[in-house]
Amino acid sequence: MSRAKRMVPATRLSPLDVIDEAVAGMLARPGRAALTVLGTLLGVAAFVTVLGLTTTVEGQISNRFTALVATEVIVQDTADRSDDGPAFPDDAERRLTALNGVHSAGVVWEVTDAGPLGARRPTAPEPGEDVKVLAASPGYLRAIHARLAAGRIFDPWHDAEHQRVVVLGSGAAGRLGVTWIDEQPAVFIGGTPFTVIGIVDDVDREAGTLLGAVVPAGTAEAVWGAGTGARAIIDTEIGAARQVGDEAPLALRPEDPGRFRTVTPPDPRQLREGVDTDLGTLFLALAAVCLLIGAVGIANTTLVAVLERVGEIGLRRALGARRRHVAAHFLAESGTLGLIGGLIGTSVGVAAVVAVAFFREWTPILQPATVLPAPLVGALTGLVAGLYPAWRATRIEPADALRR
Amino acid sequence: MTAPPVVEFARVTRSYPGPPPVLALREADLTVAAGEYVSVTGPSGSGKSTFLNLVGLLDRPDGGVYRLDGIDTAALPDADRTALRGRRIGFVFQSFHLLRHRSVLENVKLAMIYTAVSRRARTGLALETLDRVGLTQRAYARAGHLSGGEAQRVAIARALVNRPSLLLCDEPTGNLDSANAAAVLALIGELNGAGLTVLMVTHDQQVAARAYRSVLIKDGVLR
Repeated sequence: MSRAKRMVPATRLSPLDVIDEAVAGMLARPGRAALTVLGTLLGVAAFVTVLGLTTTVEGQISNRFTALVATEVIVQDTADRSDDGPAFPDDAERRLTALNGVHSAGVVWEVTDAGPLGARRPTAPEPGEDVKVLAASPGYLRAIHARLAAGRIFDPWHDAEHQRVVVLGSGAAGRLGVTWIDEQPAVFIGGTPFTVIGIVDDVDREAGTLLGAVVPAGTAEAVWGAGTGARAIIDTEIGAARQVGDEAPLALRPEDPGRFRTVTPPDPRQLREGVDTDLGTLFLALAAVCLLIGAVGIANTTLVAVLERVGEIGLRRALGARRRHVAAHFLAESGTLGLIGGLIGTSVGVAAVVAVAFFREWTPILQPATVLPAPLVGALTGLVAGLYPAWRATRIEPADALRR
Repeated sequence: MTAPPVVEFARVTRSYPGPPPVLALREADLTVAAGEYVSVTGPSGSGKSTFLNLVGLLDRPDGGVYRLDGIDTAALPDADRTALRGRRIGFVFQSFHLLRHRSVLENVKLAMIYTAVSRRARTGLALETLDRVGLTQRAYARAGHLSGGEAQRVAIARALVNRPSLLLCDEPTGNLDSANAAAVLALIGELNGAGLTVLMVTHDQQVAARAYRSVLIKDGVLR
């Protein structure tokens, strides 16, 4: 033990004094402190807002997606037994809608040998468009939640009477140049004229329908014969899908339910998690960028403060501050700035999420794991940002500093 | 047993590598006994600042022996030198070095945060010391609002509050008008009269004349 240690106790700086000095240092320049805080504030606010909105939006997406998928049952004909005749009975739609929990249902298949689809053009023959032609029972368009841009959908009468009518998807209509149907335009499918009675603008399921032309199933059978690969699309009530999936094959062919394979909804929890992960990673990266910008702001301002307060640093060293005390002082200042920015930023972020959710009529979802550590993320950002300025401060020689 | 001298310089040398290399202090010998009032004078560039930095433990000599209160400072690690500096030396600077945005009281208390004075005791000690320099009534004024004379008295109070062995003054009247300068010098004289050891570094002969002993420094040589 040195003689100095025996006679002169080492200088100290208590944690309370560190905080006192840091706060006093900030209050000495309130305007600058406020501007510095602003950087972290925006960073943390962005962090909380982005993550909060992400979980909120994910909640919306998941809910809608889950609701849509959870209400869909697809019944497929097993292709290897097509030689046994049509899988679906003529009254398949009636049998399916009679099941408890079914909103609507329809049978559909693709007409593979229909030929090209063309719009009537009196002045020049056209080569026709290679557009998918679907044969469907009337309930199909209801089951896929088809929304019409114009006209109407065909009904059981068209189907039963083999009426040559067609409903075009918006994509197919665009390719054919059919934009309005007031004059009941005709299109030619493999040379056979069909009257366009409706244009589907959008669907919730079977998006490929928008690129095709849908004709009544009865008409298709009359023109092109029985089809293969038929499927039934069933729109059910929420929670009824699995039950309907079990019952549908029996309802369709009680004597041979094994001919059908049903596709019921996947586990909604897995689905939601998948969506969450994809979006969460992207938005987390954005939030990190926001925080980085805040950290650069603090680092810059703290460094400027160190350079401006060289004289004060010299004085503190003269009064007994060791290098580590000087470092602790500036780290405490930058950390406190970060913490204040983090606290206010978290509040702003939460308010923003709630406000957006309120105006969009969503349910705000904030994960405690995101919100609670956010102020600490601000403080940590401040501390990390203060490392270099604090190190610079410890390198200042008191003799040089006091001459300034 | 007699108390050791407060400052004991023996063949202390300090040079700077440059370029150009400068021998700022050459084998300086000086002894300041407890209770003395010594001035060190010299023209600009004579080595006064180097001398002051060495005495104040703000710099290390290249050679020689420097004892403060009988403690050989040469081999001490930084932490011990800092402790000696904070507890045994009170600095008074030409430019005061007050924290302008903080109160007079806080400026005086600042000297105690590193010397482990309890938080509860600090205000009482600071007020007591401010009373010694006649500034109790300005205790809660912002340092930035003080006159030059007041500011230097606050700086003296800050230097005194840890009851140092040595009051080390660097041109303490350099930024003051003659009336305030006279008041500050009178205060320093009073403190010395009360037993405080004072080492005054100045280029002003009139200021130096207040000391009981004056040492000239020229071209890095103490005479």
